[in-house]
Amino acid sequence: MTAPPDDCLARNDWICGDYLSTRRHILLDAVLEHVQLTVVSVLLGLVIALPLALLARRRRWAAGPVLGLTTVLYTIPSLAMFSLLLPLYGLSAALVVVGLALYSLTLLVRNILAGLEGVPAEAKDAARGMGYGPTRQLLTVELPLALPAAMAGLRIATVSAVALTTVGAIVGHGGLGNLIYAGMNSFFKAQVLTASVLCVLIAVAFDLLLLGAERLLTPWRRGRAGRPARGRGAGARRLAAAGRRP
Amino acid sequence: MNTLAEVWSWLTTAAHWSGEMGIWHRLVQHFWLTVGCLAVSCLIALPVALTLGHLGRGGALAVNLANIGRAVPTFAILVLLLLTPLGRHGEWPTVIALVLFAIPPLLTNAYVGMREVDQDVVRAARGMGMTGRQLVWRVELPLAFPLVLTGVRIAAVQLVATATLAALVGGGGLGRIITAGFNLASTPQVVAGAVVVAVFALLMEAAFEAGQRCAPAWARGRMR
Repeated sequence: MTAPPDDCLARNDWICGDYLSTRRHILLDAVLEHVQLTVVSVLLGLVIALPLALLARRRRWAAGPVLGLTTVLYTIPSLAMFSLLLPLYGLSAALVVVGLALYSLTLLVRNILAGLEGVPAEAKDAARGMGYGPTRQLLTVELPLALPAAMAGLRIATVSAVALTTVGAIVGHGGLGNLIYAGMNSFFKAQVLTASVLCVLIAVAFDLLLLGAERLLTPWRRGRAGRPARGRGAGARRLAAAGRRP
Repeated sequence: MNTLAEVWSWLTTAAHWSGEMGIWHRLVQHFWLTVGCLAVSCLIALPVALTLGHLGRGGALAVNLANIGRAVPTFAILVLLLLTPLGRHGEWPTVIALVLFAIPPLLTNAYVGMREVDQDVVRAARGMGMTGRQLVWRVELPLAFPLVLTGVRIAAVQLVATATLAALVGGGGLGRIITAGFNLASTPQVVAGAVVVAVFALLMEAAFEAGQRCAPAWARGRMR
């Protein structure tokens, strides 16, 4: 065997430029898988959460069970959640997507519901007075006004999903989590650190993207520049109550 | 149906409950890991949050900490700590990661609780001649208590989940039953382990729920 080369890969440094250049494709694939898993799961969560929130608001009796069930799901640790889905989905990406979607449900249902309940009664009365039917009122008055609260939930759910996707490595579909898992087994410091930093960057990117989308979708709030309106109360409380789950 | 029967038979096999790798031992490990780290995190986070909340300083940090904590994958921190020199010292990477992730919800909720105390009440207390210390202990903390408790509850549930993940990096606790199941390619063991973990987490949540219901009215706060 020839003498090992003295570069940062051989020295197993935490920060290693050679790692970035030689494993570019692996990193890119992992990032893509990570983004895909996150986006699909949050969209799935949204598709399930919206009808649940509407049901919980329309029928009072449904609110308790819907909120209770989603809270129970949120309490189950991620590793256990993925494990419980194993008999249904096997070692597949679908398992990770369904698990993450179930997690996002709590945050989404709660925030959509809070948004819908925050719609001023005068706005609803005005819509009814103008002859809007229930469907038109929901689509053109209530949902747009509920958007800021719903988007806050969506942002938290998405950021959490990015972090939780890494746990999918246990079934081999964890995006960047796979690299962290492999790096742990081979004590490959540069790989673990790079993948971890990329995870955080993806989360921040999604958060900013959704913030931009919210601004675009709610032009009537732009003039008032969210800051004084949000103040200490509502925004901080929403963050505080949401918590976070690994 | 078949899997359910297998899971049931795994759970009802006496041999799986006893010994070093048994459910009882893992359960006790998990419990002490959670409770011990919760105590340590409270000792670190609550004094800081109460001081900052009382002084009205560092709000951006206190509120944003929860956001930052949410964006950082627990699994990544566990592995990063394992690869540092700390990783050679048994449970230390697990304990540090657990405490790190329990601090944000504690800090944020306690801070928000302190800041949301009605300022009229605070002014009245000052007018009565209360010192800063009296203000914290007799006025602000009692009024902020429900939200402080919510933070402890979120942190506790979070700790149960993080302690489960610790099994991936060789830490003790109930997660080990799941990871061992994956290594043995035994679906019944994986699911059985997950059931035990889920029940443990839900019992923890239920204990807090019961505690909050039985607490005196001032500690419960308004229902939100």
